[in-house]
Amino acid sequence: MQRQSRDHFDASTIPDDLAPIATVLSKMLPGDWRSQRPVIDRRKCVMCSLCWLYCPVQCVTEKPRWFEFDLAVCKGCGVCAQECPQRAISMVEEAGR
Amino acid sequence: MHEVRIHGRGGQGAVLACAILAQALIDDGKHAVAIPSFGFERRGAPVAAFLRFSDAPIRAMTNVYHPDCVVCIDPTVHRSVDIYAGMKPGGTVVLATTAKPDEMKLPDAVERVGLCDAVGIALPIYRKPVTNAVMLGAFARTTGLLSLASLKEALEQMDFRDAGLTQNLDAVERGYNETRVYDLSKVAHAAAVA
Amino acid sequence: MSATAAATKSNKPAYVVCEGNEAAAIGVGLSRPDVVAVYPITPQSSLVEHLSQMIADGRLRADLMNVEGEHAVLNGLQGVALAGGRTFTATCGPGLAFMFEPYVRTPGLRLPMVASLVTRDLLSPQCVWGGQQDAMVVREAGWIQMYCETVQEILDTTVMAYKIAEHRDVMLPVNVCHDGNYLSFGVTRVELPEQQAVDEFLGPPNINWHIALDPERPMGVDPLTGGAGGPGPRNFVRYRKGQCRGMQNALRVIREVHAAWGERFGRYHAPLVEEYRLDDADYALVTIGSMTGAAKDAVDTARDAGEGVGLIKVKTFRPFPLEAMTAALGKVTRVGVVDRSVSFGWNSGPVYQETLGALYRTGKQISAISFIGGLAGADITAEHFARAIALTREAQFGRAQEPVWLNEND
Repeated sequence: MQRQSRDHFDASTIPDDLAPIATVLSKMLPGDWRSQRPVIDRRKCVMCSLCWLYCPVQCVTEKPRWFEFDLAVCKGCGVCAQECPQRAISMVEEAGR
Repeated sequence: MHEVRIHGRGGQGAVLACAILAQALIDDGKHAVAIPSFGFERRGAPVAAFLRFSDAPIRAMTNVYHPDCVVCIDPTVHRSVDIYAGMKPGGTVVLATTAKPDEMKLPDAVERVGLCDAVGIALPIYRKPVTNAVMLGAFARTTGLLSLASLKEALEQMDFRDAGLTQNLDAVERGYNETRVYDLSKVAHAAAVA
Repeated sequence: MSATAAATKSNKPAYVVCEGNEAAAIGVGLSRPDVVAVYPITPQSSLVEHLSQMIADGRLRADLMNVEGEHAVLNGLQGVALAGGRTFTATCGPGLAFMFEPYVRTPGLRLPMVASLVTRDLLSPQCVWGGQQDAMVVREAGWIQMYCETVQEILDTTVMAYKIAEHRDVMLPVNVCHDGNYLSFGVTRVELPEQQAVDEFLGPPNINWHIALDPERPMGVDPLTGGAGGPGPRNFVRYRKGQCRGMQNALRVIREVHAAWGERFGRYHAPLVEEYRLDDADYALVTIGSMTGAAKDAVDTARDAGEGVGLIKVKTFRPFPLEAMTAALGKVTRVGVVDRSVSFGWNSGPVYQETLGALYRTGKQISAISFIGGLAGADITAEHFARAIALTREAQFGRAQEPVWLNEND
């Protein structure tokens, strides 16, 4: 997960019936309902960043020689595997249902 | 008047399943209304669909808050949503799960439970965990409120976007045959029925 | 769902089980438009998808105009109508907002267009769910507005809309409004009228005999009118008076068309206002749209408990059915008006605010409370109505009353 760049904003001085704003980060994570997950073959990864670019939930993080997936967030859509030009990513079934 | 609530996740066909039930019941001569409820239309988000059916005309176009029957077509959505909220006493639940009834925490309101490994049946048929057709069969088996034949006829009238008719007929039949129904109102021990 | 149950040997009429959006699309198909222009927006999207499927399947022979946005949708359809083509579109919410410029132009040009509004709440706050704010915001633009209670009524009213719009005494555009989610995606049984019967019912199109882009009949369309000198002021008044006359004529034409529909197809929908258990009522709810079903259930429950409550449902909101509303309201001493939208200027719902005008015309002291519910997809259940009934029973004339927000503590 990315670190917040500044501290949590205290909105308590703003009336709660004024303007629709949100300052509390939701804990609901898409990883909860995944039925398959991406697995990367690190030898094939060329750091092109396409998986990072396409991921709809922004769960891809950069490592020195490959890209990795935050499985708490990954919802198993398979777009990364579909788009990887090196076919470095495969989708495998999640164990247990 | 029967009130059914179907829970699932976006993309699994819970909303369509509810509409198929309405079709089958209406073709059987009943009055029926199916209404969905969802947030943003995306795969994975919790979704509910509501069904009312009766021998008399139904006027209310509202959600169901006190279901006689709850159907949950996804094994994990109960973690995000209270799928049993408002259930009437003496109710029925139909669940997509591999768990056994003694492994489950069911509310006191539940008297009858149907359990079906819907994901396990769906994966070889569709290669995706799309459980709706399987769970329609499970619903029919558990409640006895409509026949497998009625369901199959209703399916034959649909245009399916993501799957073929034969797959869906196969799924509904397996769901019907492979659901285990337990009557919890019997004192002390749950007994497998049929 | 697109299958039709086959007619039985006894020749029973066909039916289909479908959602409100599909019922609207079927109504459009039966009306045989020449051009359909669409842009998708929740919760209307499946309506335009059904139409495009019908066209692709050859079940509807219309040109489908795919454009870049709702502004182009209605501008394009105005061109079609001026050329004599029957048209259709559907929109709601931000889509309606995006077509505002051609939307306000259409009634002034007296173009008989039909557009479904799959009503939804307007942002902000950001939301995508049903309400009626979008339709209510444009109620002064000059379109006829009818609100459907049931899925069946959507199909029937969509066809009737063409007959109303193209009536020589009307020549005004019509919005057929149905509630987002509860009606748009609500699935139930819908009786299907036969195509031939609809063709006979509608008769030949009557689109551009009075204003046209037609090389055979050269005319300037919508020349500059008005100003302070010369004939400007009286010209402008003449057109506006004509528009108002068209709207007033619509009250009669809407009644006639609904009666003709009932005779031909066996289904009678109240054209302007429906009175439910009102004649012997002491007080009443006023409702609009799909909320009415649960409201009728709540009225029945209250009646079973000995309450003298009735219900008035508004179907035609534009033109405002002043006479019919006055007659209905005059039967009771208290009303609870349930709105699915907000009038910010009046701190109430808009149907409430306009009901006050009708109450004045009764000449009687009738108390009224404004209830606001069902915003942004919220549900208005029989329980909410039970509360509205109880509060309406206690309404007192002359006592200032804040609006009651039904979903406030849901």
